[in-house]
Formats: sequence, structure tokens, C-alpha cells
Amino acid sequence: MAERVGIVAVAQTKYSPNRADANEGELVYEAVKQVLQETGLKFAQDGTGIDATVTCSQDFWDGRTISSCNVMSYVGHHHSDEDKVAEDSLNAVYTAFARILSGHQDVVLVATHCKESQGDKRGIENAAMDPIFLRVLGLDFLSAAALQARRYMYKYGITPYQCARVVVKNRGNAKRNPFAQEPLDLTVEDVLGSQVLASPIRRLDAKPTSDGACAMILATERKAKKLCQKPIWIEGVSNCYETHYLGDRDLAECDALVKAAKKAYKMADITDARKQVNVAEISEEYSYQELLWMEGLGLCGRGEAGKIIDSGMTQLGGQLPVNPSGGMLSGNPTVVAGMTRIAEGVLQLRGEAGERQVTGAKRALAHGFTGVCGQLQGVMILGKA
Amino acid sequence: MAELMQDRVEKLKDLDVFVYHGKIYIPNTYTAGAVGSRFLIEIRDNKKIMGTRCSTCDVVYVPARSVCKHCFSQLDKWVEVSDKGTLLTYTVAGQSNGVQPVDPPIIYGIVQLDGASTGMVHMLSEVDFEKLAIGMRVRAVFAEKRVGSILDIKYFAPL
Ligand SMILES: [Zn+2]
Repeated sequence: MAERVGIVAVAQTKYSPNRADANEGELVYEAVKQVLQETGLKFAQDGTGIDATVTCSQDFWDGRTISSCNVMSYVGHHHSDEDKVAEDSLNAVYTAFARILSGHQDVVLVATHCKESQGDKRGIENAAMDPIFLRVLGLDFLSAAALQARRYMYKYGITPYQCARVVVKNRGNAKRNPFAQEPLDLTVEDVLGSQVLASPIRRLDAKPTSDGACAMILATERKAKKLCQKPIWIEGVSNCYETHYLGDRDLAECDALVKAAKKAYKMADITDARKQVNVAEISEEYSYQELLWMEGLGLCGRGEAGKIIDSGMTQLGGQLPVNPSGGMLSGNPTVVAGMTRIAEGVLQLRGEAGERQVTGAKRALAHGFTGVCGQLQGVMILGKA
Repeated sequence: MAELMQDRVEKLKDLDVFVYHGKIYIPNTYTAGAVGSRFLIEIRDNKKIMGTRCSTCDVVYVPARSVCKHCFSQLDKWVEVSDKGTLLTYTVAGQSNGVQPVDPPIIYGIVQLDGASTGMVHMLSEVDFEKLAIGMRVRAVFAEKRVGSILDIKYFAPL
């Protein structure tokens, strides 16, 4: 790799259960405007500004074919070079990173949005399923996640109590995050007493409906150092796919995540993630996922995540804080969640995470996933050195 | 318990915006393919559950499919597997989503049929929720009227 790629600015909207006051474009513009103001950059075709834009959104969520049509004029994209990524937005940042490494572009804007309030979540998820062997069964991501949660908890002895602790931790952390949608003071008993949605998943084990947007600007090392006093470097990134058909996978495992993490760690020269990563932002739409993904990321051994949450190690102030932002469980939209994780990692490494700051964080891990039971897994390592 | 914010609609002050309720109607056809079609025909006509075998990887795929996910070779060896198997995981889904084939609560499960290497995702019935357990033995119950759908297996029931 010739030159490093740096993140020079990040912005998030406050996540909200319903932003009926803004259409998709207006929502994403709130975040884009901030990163433009922060860097002073303009869109240009002569190498003096933003060379290209990568957006991330999903057609079904926006309720139209080619969802990027919605946002073009709100991301300064007019008469410019563009890409759209339709999975988790961590992959959009990966695409922007690769564009810069190609040598053809120096500065790339990435912007993502999703308004879950506008769509039919269960219907959209059902439509993602194989139409012949899965969709007709009426499965959605919730019932599929419940199959995964049960299998994982059974195989590795993870308890509902331990899953509930993830919720208590993350909803509590959200109180320190001004962007978080739903901070809550909860007890484990509150979680275990909430309505069962699909056993063993209860209402508070799941994330709330959320609207929001996130934007960031990536640049070559040379330009990043000029644009920003504290650029954060992408040290490693990778993704990996699982088979779609749920019966082909042992749902207690997350082999794709294991592979994605290994590749990202190798790229970042990480040999022992649990010692070399200071803060992790992990996308958890359901509480069990923070535990399972931690294991897949190698932040603890297989089946150890339950003990880890019990020990308090992943709390803010613990040895390896996980989701000091409050995570997806406190309200982030699907699609946007991966970039939220990166943005939070950047704030942590810049020392700008306010009350949720992890003291002295030098390296952050961001994770995102797309699809049923985490079919596509993405991992990014960020560093400040 | 703390009040859930998601349980109320956010009141946006002096809001003067329109919300349009739309629906997109886009009919589609989905091709089962040669292998998928034969799998469905065997269930419809003979109540037989068939898999395809990869001899290189020693894997029997059920539902049958045409390409091995491990070695990417084309699969053409058909094997019949049992209509009985073991429950690998399950859930009782209580939420209606508008697209379920029967009214909730629905028991979903993944069943590894005897002779298959993979699990089959389907529904369970004829069982009390409290008696559900990973490892329980189940059998396929076929629909009386069969049309060439995965729902020609009505559900799995305890042995
Ligand atoms: Zn094979």
C-alpha cells in the first residue's frame, strides 16, 4: 500500500424513531453539510475538492427502484462521479477506501441514510429471503435471528440473563451519547420481563425503529494531513459472506465474521485483537449478536462472551469497552449502522467522544453486517498513529 | 420499567409536512430451476425428500441444489433422505408480519433429516410449546393437496 487512507471528518444525525419532518435527501444533507463545513471542501472536477461520492441506501427501504436517485442532489453529487452500495454502509466506506487506493481519486465523500419509519420492516426482510424455500414460510429477520439465538445459546451455554446484560449496558451507555435515540435505565429484570417477540428474543432484546443518516470524508494521506489536524487511518478492512440458506449454516457459528476479522487484522498487523484493540463498536440488532459477534471477532474465545459480559470487561471503563455509543440496540437504522460504528470509532480516537470517551483509545474496531443472521460481515480497524 | 420511547409517536412541533402512503405492485416469477423443480416434484408426487450429494466433500444437500458451496462442483447425484430427523433449533414467533402462511404463533425450526448433511428450515406443529427441545425427533407431515411448493410439507411433528 503506497499511501494510507484517512478519515478527515464524520457527522451523524441524531437518530430518531420518526423523522417525518425530512425526506431522505434532507436527512442525509444534515450530515453531509456538517462534513463539508468542517473541511471547507467543495465538489470539484479539477483535483481541488471532493472527487467522488459513494452513497449507501437500500431500494426496498426507500420504497423505490434505485434508491440513490433520491439523494443525489442532496450529497453534492450533481455532475460528479458516483457509486451506490446497497448493503451495510461499512461496505460503502470500504468502496471509498478502494477508490482512493486506485490512485484515481484523492478525496471521497461517503453518505448513508435509512428511514425505517417509512417501510414495512418485516415485509422487507421477508422479501430478502429465497422466494421458493424460505420466503413462503413467512420468515423474517426476527424469526431467523431467534433461530440463531436459540442455537448459539444452546451450543455455548449463553443465558438469557447474559443477553439481557448487553441491553442494560448499551441502553445505559446511550445516556452519554448525544446522537443516541433511546437511552434507557434498565435492569436485567426489565429486559427479561418484556414481551416475547420470537422466543428467546424479547422486545428489549431488539432494537427500536430508527431514522438517521451519517456522512464522512476520506482522503489520501497527504491530503488528509492538510485537511484535518487529527486524521484517523483505516488500518485494515475486510468483508466475508455466509451462505444464504439458513439450514446450510450452523447458526451458532459465524464463520464469515471469523474470516473477515482475520483478514482485517492481518492488514492492520494485529496479532491479538483483545489486547491491541482499545474500543469496539459492534452492530447488534439483537442482544445475542453482540456476544456472538465478539466471539467471531476473536475478542474472546468461543462461548466466552457470556462470562465476558458478566465480568464487566466490555463496559465503559472496562478493559475493552464494547459499544460505548449505545450500539444499534439504542436505535440506529439498518444500512446506516456500520458507518455509525466507524464514526463513533473516529470520535473515540480523536478524543472527541465526550462523556462516552474511552480514555487513551489508540485503536478502534468497527463492525457491520447485512442480511439474515449476519449473512455479510464487515470489519474495519481504525488507528490514530 | 422505564417508558419505551418507541411506544409513542414523536410529536414534532409546528410540523407542516405531508406523508404519502404508497404501495408498489410488482408481480414477479421465480424459477425453481431443474434441480429445485425435481426436488419439489418428488415431494408432490411421491412424498419423497431428495437431496443432492457431493462425493468430493461428502455432503448431502437438502433441499437439493445444483452446485456444491464448498468445492463449487456441479451436483447430479440424487439421494433420498428420511422424512424423519432431529430438531437443531426452533423459535415460537408470536408476531404477525402479514406474509406468514398460517396465523401466529408459528413454530419455526431447522430439522436435519436422517441422511442429510444440512438442515431444512420449516414449521413445526402438533407439539406444546413447553415440550419443544433441541435434539427432539420429528417427522415430516405432508399436505393432502400438494402443488409443488415447500408447503407440500405441511410441517414437522414430534415422532
Ligand atoms: Zn463439494
